[in-house]
Amino acid sequence: MSYISPKNMHDALEALAQGSGKIIAGGTDVYPSAQPGHQPDFYLDVTRIDGLNRITTTESTIHIGSAVTWTDIINADLCPAFDALKAASREVGSVQIQNAATLAGNICNASPAADGVPPLLALDASVEIASLARGSRLLPLAAFIQGVRATALQSDEMVVGIQIPKPSRHMTSAFEKLGSRRYLVISICMTAVNLAMAKDGRIADARVAVGACSAVAQRLPALEASLIRQTPDRIEMKPEYFAPLAPIDDVRGTAAYRYDVVQEQCKRAIMQAASR
Amino acid sequence: MNKPFFSKQIAFELNAQPARADVTPGQRLSALLRENLGARDVKIGCDAGDCGACTVLLDGKPVCACLTAAHQVEGRSVETLAGLYRTDAKTKQLAESFQNHGAAQCGICTPGMMVSAIALLRSNDAPTEDDVKDALGGVLCRCTGYRKIIDAVVGAPAIAHDGDGRVGTSIRRLDGKCKVDGTEAFGDDVAPVGCLEIFVVRSPFARASFTLGDLDAFKNGTGVEAVLTADDIAGRNVFGVIPQFMDQPVFAESETRFRGEAVAAIVATPEFMATFDPESFPVTWTEMPAAQCIHDAQKDTAPQLHQGRDRNVMCGGFVTCGDAQAGLSAASQTVEGHFNSGFVEHGYIEPEAGFAQIVDGRVEVHACTQAPVMDLEGLEIILGLDRSQIRIVPTAVGGGFGSKLDLSVQPYLALGALKTGKPVRICYSRTESMQSTTKRHPSDIRLKIGADAEGRITGFDFSGEFDTGAYASWGPTVANRVPVHASGPYAISNYRAESKGIYTHNPPAGAFRGFGVPQSAIAQESLFDELAEKLGIDPLEFRIINALENGVPTVCGQVFDQGVGITACLKALRPAWQSETAAAKAFNDTSPTIKRGVGVAAGWYGCGNTSLPNPSTIKSGVRPDGRVVLHQGATDIGQGANTVITQIFATALGVPADSILRIGADTDVTPDAGKTSASRQTYVSGNAARLSGEALRQLIVEKMNVARDARLTFQQGVIVATDAAGEHRLDQSKLPCDDEGLVLRAEETYDPPTRPLDKNGQGAPYAQFGYAAHLVVVDVDTAMGTVKPIKFVAAHDVGQAINPMMVEGQVHGGIAQGLGMALMEEYIPGRTENLHDYLIPTIGDIPPIETIIIEEPDAHGPYGAKGLGEHVLIPTAPAILNAIKAATGVRITRVPATPSLVRTEIRKAQR
Repeated sequence: MSYISPKNMHDALEALAQGSGKIIAGGTDVYPSAQPGHQPDFYLDVTRIDGLNRITTTESTIHIGSAVTWTDIINADLCPAFDALKAASREVGSVQIQNAATLAGNICNASPAADGVPPLLALDASVEIASLARGSRLLPLAAFIQGVRATALQSDEMVVGIQIPKPSRHMTSAFEKLGSRRYLVISICMTAVNLAMAKDGRIADARVAVGACSAVAQRLPALEASLIRQTPDRIEMKPEYFAPLAPIDDVRGTAAYRYDVVQEQCKRAIMQAASR
Repeated sequence: MNKPFFSKQIAFELNAQPARADVTPGQRLSALLRENLGARDVKIGCDAGDCGACTVLLDGKPVCACLTAAHQVEGRSVETLAGLYRTDAKTKQLAESFQNHGAAQCGICTPGMMVSAIALLRSNDAPTEDDVKDALGGVLCRCTGYRKIIDAVVGAPAIAHDGDGRVGTSIRRLDGKCKVDGTEAFGDDVAPVGCLEIFVVRSPFARASFTLGDLDAFKNGTGVEAVLTADDIAGRNVFGVIPQFMDQPVFAESETRFRGEAVAAIVATPEFMATFDPESFPVTWTEMPAAQCIHDAQKDTAPQLHQGRDRNVMCGGFVTCGDAQAGLSAASQTVEGHFNSGFVEHGYIEPEAGFAQIVDGRVEVHACTQAPVMDLEGLEIILGLDRSQIRIVPTAVGGGFGSKLDLSVQPYLALGALKTGKPVRICYSRTESMQSTTKRHPSDIRLKIGADAEGRITGFDFSGEFDTGAYASWGPTVANRVPVHASGPYAISNYRAESKGIYTHNPPAGAFRGFGVPQSAIAQESLFDELAEKLGIDPLEFRIINALENGVPTVCGQVFDQGVGITACLKALRPAWQSETAAAKAFNDTSPTIKRGVGVAAGWYGCGNTSLPNPSTIKSGVRPDGRVVLHQGATDIGQGANTVITQIFATALGVPADSILRIGADTDVTPDAGKTSASRQTYVSGNAARLSGEALRQLIVEKMNVARDARLTFQQGVIVATDAAGEHRLDQSKLPCDDEGLVLRAEETYDPPTRPLDKNGQGAPYAQFGYAAHLVVVDVDTAMGTVKPIKFVAAHDVGQAINPMMVEGQVHGGIAQGLGMALMEEYIPGRTENLHDYLIPTIGDIPPIETIIIEEPDAHGPYGAKGLGEHVLIPTAPAILNAIKAATGVRITRVPATPSLVRTEIRKAQR
């Protein structure tokens, strides 16, 4: 067993092609889920790979490298459409977690309560994956996360980064998290909303994503459709908009409770985004 | 199965010095720092990023060392508290501030708190309260209630001041410096590097039969020194804290009775443990039907846990006076209710840990504990050794709150050291600590109360069942205490209260701050509000009408001529009650969704054992060099016994508290000051300290033939006494020295005067009670069900505050625990066995707390002082529930009142 900390992508992919390794960045999910006595063939540390700890912008996209931490996102100069992602970043665990954990790690861990997923869904994010054998591929985030703790990542692949189509400078965004205490709390449910308002004060574009109310966080297309051309004071939450959700009973709350409060949460997040 | 390790030497900067270390793949930075580089100021509380105790700065940024791969620090800078304290002026200044506010109690979270705060202060010279909360939100503290920490970091004016520390003055903790400079040594900080480690094999099922496989073959594995099972117990395989109820085995012998019960322990090298897969241990389990609730456990068909305990009833308690039924019949209004609470985990940040070795043929156990002499007595039975062959040396204790009264790691340590002849250590994982150590008893309470039209209580009928889990632990104490206390601090002449402790296949429930009284207070104080509402009487005034007074019998028929301070506590809340209820009404008029409510509740608690002897002995003396020595055996688990007992002693002797050389608990050298429980140390050990101080003074004034009130100073080899006649000197070199190196000594014992309870619970169970009343303001988000306390006012009758700053510290910490119990904490075996599923309050959850100290002196207490520790959290939870009712109209009858539960009840009420 070894610990590999490559400086470039090629070396990383070469290592992954050779055996069953555990990819590690901040370690905030790797260590808590480690089983005593069960070691991987090797740890692949991605934090020293050249370029992965950067957020880069092109004409049409924003690329968040897979070693970018929550703190990096909080500190980055990003347009208002990223406010939900920034708010989620501030709510993840604690400063200690935010300084170490990566956004890419959050989606790879594929927890139903991953705080990063709803904001990224509301940003139409895709995941850039690479392997030595097959080069790179781009998957929409909704296709990348396949279930509880399950992703489309093959054993010889790693996430290189998260790609987001450049949003309009006028798009606003808000994030609401519900938990039983102030810090260090796993969400009971959370909602991210991105809105574009038309000049007449009506909603022109709406994306609403909800987490911890189904195995994988998801957008709510019927709710989004209902918002188009509405003024924020006239929006309505109808049960059918939330039909795709399948919340469960757990120690954090009952399914019925989640189903109930997520509607209020969506309303609040929409109002907040609309007021920005 | 085990893969070869490719370790690597890395170089980095540790506390501004170059460091090199061999790192194994996947090794945590916390382990590297503590075990390879001696940085034991980095504390481990959870190994999962949930508690933040291990916070270090990595290139200046706070991270959890337990989640950082050691390899990642190569070429980077790591700073820990001890290093920062040595070199960084800001850290020294913060350390002063922490001490000036009492921001460190037990001190286990302090390194994480201070390191996180330094990262903030480096970028922000004048942080706001919110800045501090955001920066420290990742570090859990179970003692302080966080408010003193916020004060310390924002640099609020100091509370403690220099002085002689006489009773009534706020001095800094006398043992505080090591808590803020990183040198305090807790249970896992004392073992030598590389010593053998112990791993306990535990049941994965609530109830299971099991067979151990080929242990000899397992023992032949490289690195395994020994396997311990029930066969290795030379004495009796049983322990417990109450002699008549000792029923817990060190190792289960054929069947386990709760998830997490031990069946064997492995003693092996650290290298073996690093890669050991618990699944490879030869044991086969057969899960069996379990009784996991008190109702099932009392059925005919339920498996019986212990012989002679039919229907799994462990024992009961009973108190009655007057005629409860007649009183209820005569009432003008009655209310009744059914209340429930779940297991509550103590959640100290230090998991149980320790180290043992054989010294001159005797076994020496160094571990965190609240009760060193009880540990000794427990080990005598298990080891089959005479007590002269055992020494218990308590380490610093990183929080206890009742659970560290019972044996946990000590038997494994002692057995491991005896079997191998080598030093051994153990530190429970967080999950292991939560699974296997005691909890607060879940409760199922029915109560009916009646009052006349004037609001005087006419009848009170209480019945409570408590889940004591698989073993008795302190269950009988809970069963006895509850009927005595269930009345609350009120005069009730027609009263009946019965309690039962029921065995289940759950973790043992034991002592937890309040011994069952917080649970019964929820029922009683909630129904008081309901009754006041029915009667149309203001709830605070209703309590004042019924408050116990001097000269009025308690429900046990005990009459105190003095010292009953509940009325004063309640009256102290009147101004806040009036202003806050008016403010809440105004707020609610314009706030449709967030609703504000104000709640009050009261509590009382008898200090010391219930009708049983519980003496403390304190020894003091003078050395030939003139140094005054105090053997202070009351374990300080953060609450402050080291300081408070010394202040009392110093006041009695008439010298400055900081001039005294304190020698801590150690069963070889320090007399038994009893256990740190039942809020007895300030009262009982404090009295022994007072007597010892007075006796030492008496000895000196007699020997020197000076006035009784002569001023004493202890100089190099000379005692100087000054009285009206002038200055007198006693040359100590002329005095004979005893075998403990003392030229003068005074050992004194105090035992509270109590009388037994008769079959109706009538008697004098405690020599003193302490009293408390809390007011809380909460905001309820009625759409989401979240409850946010925004302010507490807490009035506590402590008789005489020995150290007012530390009184506040206890109040804040108790409120934080009461708040957790009220709103978020529930231990569910198999489901909330870590600190991210089991939630305790964070720094963002505790609002400002105004402490009002009431001093109604007690005739028995040292200088009038009463106990305080447990009193605090008794009113907190019912006050919060009453505030929720005031805000929403909804009565919550089970805790925790999670958002899910509160919202569900609000919806029910809306239908």
